Amino acid sequence: MAFLNALPGAIAEGLIWGLMAIGVYISYKILDIADLTVDGSICTGACVCAVLINAGVPAWGSILIAFLAGAAAGVITGLLHAALGIPSILAGILTQLMLYSVNLAILGGRSLATLTPGTSKLLHMSNNPLAILAAGLIIIAVIIILWLFFYTEVGLTLKSTGDNPDMSRAQGINVKLNKVLGLAISNGIVALSGSLLAQYKGSANINDGRGAIVIGLAAIFIGLSVSMKIKPNLVVSLVGVIGGGIVYYVIYNFVVLLGLKTDYLKMFSAIIVAVFLAAPYLKSMYFTKKKPVRAQTASARTDEGGDGNA
Amino acid sequence: MLKIRDLEKTFNPGTVNAKTALSGFDLTLNDGDFVTVIGGNGAGKSTMLNAIAGVWKPDYGTIEIDGVDVTNMPEHKRAKFLGRVFQDPMKGTSPDMEIAENLSIAARRGDKRKLVWGCSRKEKEGYRDLLAQLGLGLEDRLSTKVGLLSGGQRQAVTLLMATLKKPKILLLDEHTAALDPKTAAKVLEITNKLVTENNLTTLMITHNMHDAIEYGNRLIMMHEGHVVVDVSGEEKKKLTIDQLLSLFETASGSRFTSDKVMLSK
Repeated sequence: MAFLNALPGAIAEGLIWGLMAIGVYISYKILDIADLTVDGSICTGACVCAVLINAGVPAWGSILIAFLAGAAAGVITGLLHAALGIPSILAGILTQLMLYSVNLAILGGRSLATLTPGTSKLLHMSNNPLAILAAGLIIIAVIIILWLFFYTEVGLTLKSTGDNPDMSRAQGINVKLNKVLGLAISNGIVALSGSLLAQYKGSANINDGRGAIVIGLAAIFIGLSVSMKIKPNLVVSLVGVIGGGIVYYVIYNFVVLLGLKTDYLKMFSAIIVAVFLAAPYLKSMYFTKKKPVRAQTASARTDEGGDGNA
Repeated sequence: MLKIRDLEKTFNPGTVNAKTALSGFDLTLNDGDFVTVIGGNGAGKSTMLNAIAGVWKPDYGTIEIDGVDVTNMPEHKRAKFLGRVFQDPMKGTSPDMEIAENLSIAARRGDKRKLVWGCSRKEKEGYRDLLAQLGLGLEDRLSTKVGLLSGGQRQAVTLLMATLKKPKILLLDEHTAALDPKTAAKVLEITNKLVTENNLTTLMITHNMHDAIEYGNRLIMMHEGHVVVDVSGEEKKKLTIDQLLSLFETASGSRFTSDKVMLSK
């Protein structure tokens, strides 16, 4: 019974984190970059939104500005990587660290900003059905915009940039610029979800978003394990990712209700993601051992085709 | 058309692994030249092609395409002049995208990409006709992800992509080397058809001496980073493999060594 009572809240929170996972999907799946900026940019989104709403800016305006703030963070990571040649994973970590200071500055040096009661909010945990509706509508809008975007000339080149950078350059695509653009969109969406999170919880905390990348990846793996079996296209994948976010939070709430100490939840998230990341590797190891003859011929073939690049 | 002057490139300079891949490389291509390139292991063939494509900058020398000095132009900007097919069939296409999407990206090579529909229905109909000409049955598989195609099919699609927007120069880097003999012959046949129909200026590296002699109007042989043999016209048509080898030995002062070429002889 307690679980059923907690369900609407879990779904609302799952939707918000699912939106964040869509941002991670763009960097991780489309651009093929594990972007750790998101741990910082989701918090930036939350902080910007909280401060603006308290200053009297309408909620919709606040989430748009939060989106832009996140996009700016993505641009920084993109430039560190593409223009300065820093490996993408380190570029993300550097920006994430910078954002910790930036977020503290946004919050005026405090670690917590509580939304003043009575200010305009799109969603709040006190009314879960409405929160689900509001988050759902925003997610639908984001998915439609992304769906249209990824079929434009620019969108197609963004896909090919992550899929095959050599081919992309040979076809006249500015791969570096595309990475910056993709990271901006990705972190913009992540910050947008952060702004929804701040409204939902009624506060923004400097520690919000720690481990967000892990939750995002968990939602992606859970979602894609189902959606890839249905139809491997963008919209189905994105809906799957949202579903993954919801499943994650329902499980999360269930585990909390079972009495697991919340201190251990990050461990729990990391283990889920580690299992999903390790699965393909372990699977290949298992098959190699089982069919050594086939594996040998395959490697012999690679040796043959591999030389001669004089 | 293409003018290369005194090109030089050393990889890993100043280390024990230093390797001078190009030195004193000169080459001028005329409009419509179809040049086959052969050479031993490490003669600098691929390095030369990558230099033209702008994969990295040469240490010295200049490269001019169609009167434009492209020596310092980044790879993606230079792409507007060039059609490229790589040795690795996986390298020229985007596996997770549809055949039609790959072609639509290639159709806009050199153009500014905008926020407009990237692959229209009308465009797809045009691709259907082009794919039909390949004779590989790909015309009914426009929405198939390229990753599901065989190496030969991917190489054929890459060829189409390289020539969809007529390039100033077509660069083929041993593009049949990774294919089985039958598929290689088919891809080569498609290559010859596309090149002659569009009168494309082409540089084709090959390890097969028969192909090098049979195709194109000009043949160059590379050794230690520069051209040592350059034959064209009637002289090239009458060439035999043994003549070619002796030409090489006289010009370079050494025996021709390439396991792959020897095996294919």
